[in-house]
Amino acid sequence: MRPRHASRDALRAREFEAYVAGAGGRLLHTATLLTAEAPDDNPRARHLLTLALARTYACWDGLRGDDPYDRTRQYLASGFARGAWHRHGRLLRRRPHPGSPLARLSPRERLVLVLRLYEGVAEEQTAALLGLPAERVRAVYHRAMAVVLSPPRRPAGAVRDVQAARS
Amino acid sequence: MARMNREATVRRLLAQSPPPVPPELHAEAVRRGTRMLRRRELARRTMWLLLLVAAVVFVVWALTVRAWVEPPPGTAPPLTGR
Repeated sequence: MRPRHASRDALRAREFEAYVAGAGGRLLHTATLLTAEAPDDNPRARHLLTLALARTYACWDGLRGDDPYDRTRQYLASGFARGAWHRHGRLLRRRPHPGSPLARLSPRERLVLVLRLYEGVAEEQTAALLGLPAERVRAVYHRAMAVVLSPPRRPAGAVRDVQAARS
Repeated sequence: MARMNREATVRRLLAQSPPPVPPELHAEAVRRGTRMLRRRELARRTMWLLLLVAAVVFVVWALTVRAWVEPPPGTAPPLTGR
């Protein structure tokens, strides 16, 4: 009993290490896009990814041929959605980093855009993952695309200065 | 066509400046994952133990009470004394 356990543990450790080495970079990029943090200062994204990877490690033996990447992505999305919900409306909410391309989006818009466009998850799967109807996912996606592609808003002061100069 | 272009633009925007992977990511994930597994194992063992204890208690109680044995008649026959 004991040796079989040990060999299974060793196998799992080896497989998991190879998996993290291969997919870690892309997953961390996804997490950083979700949290809209700067690439070199992303404590929230690292924490999210560590938890998602730990949950993947814990269910490694039960994957039975499923893609572990899908599983980690699912944990990442659900962890982020839960975190965003808990943080909702709190005074101590971290502001998105202005350097992130998704800084002007809401957490849900970021989630949908990143899953659909960066991760290439199909619309129905995204809907199932987030527990939303597919039409809603499409609407959020289009709104997010419009916001990202629109030119950045100028600060209120600059707009006022332009108007003052015109008159 | 325009939609493809828009998607390609945003995809490019998302793909730039990937963050560096911290070296302790794997070790930390394994540490937390192992802790989760251990907790899950502990919870399962506790549940089985509780179930076993409940079964033993029930068997002992049933054997002492012997609810299936007909109780002795509660009233004695009337005494017709001489």
